[in-house]
Amino acid sequence: MGCLDKLPYEVILRNSSFSECRDYLKKNFSEIYTVSPGYKIFDVHIIGVPPVTIALDGNMVIFPFTKPCHGTFLVKVESKEEAFRLRKTSK
Amino acid sequence: MRISERFDSALLVLGCPEVPVQTTAVLYIAARLKREGIKVLIAGTPSARMLLKYADLDRHYIDEVMDLDMTIDGIVESGDNYPLCFVFIHNDAGISYAATMNSIMQSKVHPVIFGSSAEELSTQINFDCEKVVAVAAHNPKPLIKVIDEVIKWDV
Repeated sequence: MGCLDKLPYEVILRNSSFSECRDYLKKNFSEIYTVSPGYKIFDVHIIGVPPVTIALDGNMVIFPFTKPCHGTFLVKVESKEEAFRLRKTSK
Repeated sequence: MRISERFDSALLVLGCPEVPVQTTAVLYIAARLKREGIKVLIAGTPSARMLLKYADLDRHYIDEVMDLDMTIDGIVESGDNYPLCFVFIHNDAGISYAATMNSIMQSKVHPVIFGSSAEELSTQINFDCEKVVAVAAHNPKPLIKVIDEVIKWDV
């Protein structure tokens, strides 16, 4: 796992609600996984309303990242290791 | 049963302090918990923590102030648990934090929802809990009133 801030990431949605991010993932990606709140990805624990949705697109990991003052961001980060771990451990 | 017999410590989770009543409500609940002999721990954003640090300089009400991300890491990775938890909410992110605290801890979680959208936000809480909800931004009185209605203080 690496530090999210040090990895190149793309922001897909910003200042959104958690449910908007979940709806976007379900509408735009076909490989969807659900995890529990607190699931650690890179160096962050995912904050959210269960079920928390994460999408994979090849080695791209697309997940919600919540900041207390700014709402939820949907971010896309390339990580072969995290994609493998998610496919192996989640459904 | 007295609240102090059920809980020995309480975690208060704070988001962005942009709504003025948050700091007052936190200190009010902390003061009431201290009267009950319950240890008060705060986890919040840097600015929320700074507001409380200087508002309670001699630590009359607050026992410990912690980083929010580190606190969540301790709960998930090390099994830290706080039997009573108040999550302060005035935006969508607050709803996410409340759901997360309820999911990762075996605790009694009280969402404390305030601000101009309090009633709308409260409908998004979908876990079993006793909510504190008041449309309050600058005047803390409506929120304090509901806190006292929901929380059964012994002292």
